[in-house]
Amino acid sequence: MKSKVPSSKFQIPNSNSISVQTIGGQLTIALAGNPNAGKTTLFNALTGMRQKVANYSGVTVERKEGFWRLNGGENTARLIDLPGLYSLDATSLDEQIARDVLLGKVADLPKPDALVAVVDATNLERNLYLVTQLLEFKIPVVIALTMIDTAEKQSLEIDTKKLSKLLKIPVVGVKATQKQGIKELAEKVLQAAKTEATPNFVWLSDADFTDNIDEEDIHLSLSDDKVANKKIFARYNFISDVYQEAVKPKDTLERSISEKIDSVLTHKFFGLVILIGILLLVFQTIFSWANLPMDLLDKGFGALGDFVRAEMPAGILTDLLVDGIIAGVGGVVVFLPQILLLFLFLSILEDTGYMARAAFLLDKLMSRVGLHGKAFLPLLSSFACAIPGIMAARTIENPKDRLATIMIAPFMSCSARLPVYTLMIAAFFAGQTIFGFLSLGAVLILAMYALGIFVAVIVAFILKRTILKSPTPPFVMELPPYRLPNFRTVFQNMFIRAGLFLKRAGTVILAISIILWALTYFPRSVETVQSPTSNVQNQEQVDEGQQLKNSFAGKLGHTIEPVIQPLGFDWKIGVALIASFAAREVLVSTLSIIYNVGKDENEESPSLINAVRDAKKDDGTKAWTPLTALTLMVFFVLAMQCMSTVAVVRRETNSWSWALFMVGYMTVLAYLAAFLTYQGGRFLGFG
Amino acid sequence: MNLTNLPIGAQAKVVAVNGNNAISKRLMEMGVVPGVSVRVIKSAPFGDPLEIRVRGYHLAMRKNEADAIEVNEI
Repeated sequence: MKSKVPSSKFQIPNSNSISVQTIGGQLTIALAGNPNAGKTTLFNALTGMRQKVANYSGVTVERKEGFWRLNGGENTARLIDLPGLYSLDATSLDEQIARDVLLGKVADLPKPDALVAVVDATNLERNLYLVTQLLEFKIPVVIALTMIDTAEKQSLEIDTKKLSKLLKIPVVGVKATQKQGIKELAEKVLQAAKTEATPNFVWLSDADFTDNIDEEDIHLSLSDDKVANKKIFARYNFISDVYQEAVKPKDTLERSISEKIDSVLTHKFFGLVILIGILLLVFQTIFSWANLPMDLLDKGFGALGDFVRAEMPAGILTDLLVDGIIAGVGGVVVFLPQILLLFLFLSILEDTGYMARAAFLLDKLMSRVGLHGKAFLPLLSSFACAIPGIMAARTIENPKDRLATIMIAPFMSCSARLPVYTLMIAAFFAGQTIFGFLSLGAVLILAMYALGIFVAVIVAFILKRTILKSPTPPFVMELPPYRLPNFRTVFQNMFIRAGLFLKRAGTVILAISIILWALTYFPRSVETVQSPTSNVQNQEQVDEGQQLKNSFAGKLGHTIEPVIQPLGFDWKIGVALIASFAAREVLVSTLSIIYNVGKDENEESPSLINAVRDAKKDDGTKAWTPLTALTLMVFFVLAMQCMSTVAVVRRETNSWSWALFMVGYMTVLAYLAAFLTYQGGRFLGFG
Repeated sequence: MNLTNLPIGAQAKVVAVNGNNAISKRLMEMGVVPGVSVRVIKSAPFGDPLEIRVRGYHLAMRKNEADAIEVNEI
């Protein structure tokens, strides 16, 4: 870095005896703390927007890193934000990663020079547990004590000087939102980073442990759980002593504000009513409020495409730019409003403490299927769009529970399936009723939603008993006190997520868009016979349809015809099916092209509906019957036809195999269900 | 007596934390160690999980975990 060896006159006071370790580079500081201790707020206050988010290599644990200017920029530090931790015993992936960071085992990350332990003053005992574990590593620790004012309101008096003396480490009170204590924290950290730390574990000095305490072994002597449990006990005993000396305890009989709020929000009856209300609001927002900006984005990209087509000479480059790149990028960006809204809600629900309550209320229900209570929100969001839903599954800590949730999320009928349902119903079931008053169309749509949920439940049940089988992890979850969210943190979080989505999913989606475009574009038809009778508009449509039929995609449609024939589909539907693996709603525009009604027709335009009704197979029989339409709808409920989702699953699971497994098993299921629907229907005399 | 059998609102002292390693370790890490006092706050709408108060904060656990906690009512 640019910083030279600091000359002595720039050294901070009290550092005269300290060897300068910052030669040739910056410090590495790690930020550790319990979930809900105010770690993110402090991280943001220390680093501002100078932070980057990635994954630790090979795993899905998020790696957040920022740039901290200590004492006004003269000394700088890489600030590593460790995942929220209750313990360092390496039982979860988060804990394992944190331990690796502290031991300097993570590639391209030096062992931290100092640790900042974020400690919530209102929950001192349990927060100090992690601190005792941190102290057992050979790294200097500084405590950043948060929520002091809240503690004072609860008449908890904390003697920070005494606390510091008892723990033998600096304790700095901070108020991250007002930037109070930040300067002092920087000073103490700088000082600490330059001292030689001696691991501290007086609490473990009992006879039982002494033979275990050599540097290598102390963190890893976990094979014998009796010893591990004794250590936990010893740490808490030490903490209890510290607590009694440094804190004047409050009157425990008085109910806290959180408890009062909880008497309503987790009430046996009203709690559920309110939960449903909140979930409906989230769902409704993602589903409908995002529509307007999504439409605008969609139209914007359409207009951009038209503009480019008008301004540029016709040819392959323009086609690639308009139909491949602009359409592909547009297809990604159009999801942004939903993603932003979802993460806005997620952050608010998480930061206020409500998410834990929702999981508490619904855990019994979800555990019947083998899922965690927190799986509810991702699944609900997936009714709007599986992409934000799958991203929301991050809140589930257990990796296998999270994977099971991700694997079933796309069964929830998302908004992209609606155009397909609508077209099929408009063409074949419009105006029909059941029992004289129930619209058949509405019943069918409802049935499609129900089918998705039903299959999801079964698949989750099977997955959790086979490949995702794991001993049920202990369900021990903190119900944090209710707090007002910090809006800076909420918005920052929202934009970081959105940026990640664009970067990671976007690149994959763009690549697949271009491939799919090429499949429908090549090889070029040579015969463009001008028929003098047709007008230009018509001619264009015929050409486009002709091109599609002769393209690789068209040929592929012919190739797969024997496979899809048992579903009642001809090769033209096959072409539309292939194209719809990019995104479900593409089926509508592809059918429009293939039936030569112009690709700008939508699912409600009469010309397309009539074209579908009148379409003939090559042998002259009708291509569609109500049974074919129903079969297609069933196929669409279950098939994984959304490359954006595949890209997001790839990113969220950090593995192509899970993404491809999802495509595979869902498509097989869809095929089987469609087969049963069609053949069963024919057997019963329909179609 | 197990924590599961404790009536809502009752206060008790933890005597032992049993159960398999994963459960006992997790519970103890969260501060439920022998000697600490706990209070049962409520159960969720479908009867499970339970909410308890320990060391000044609130903790939810399934009955399966609560069964592992041996207590003496105070």
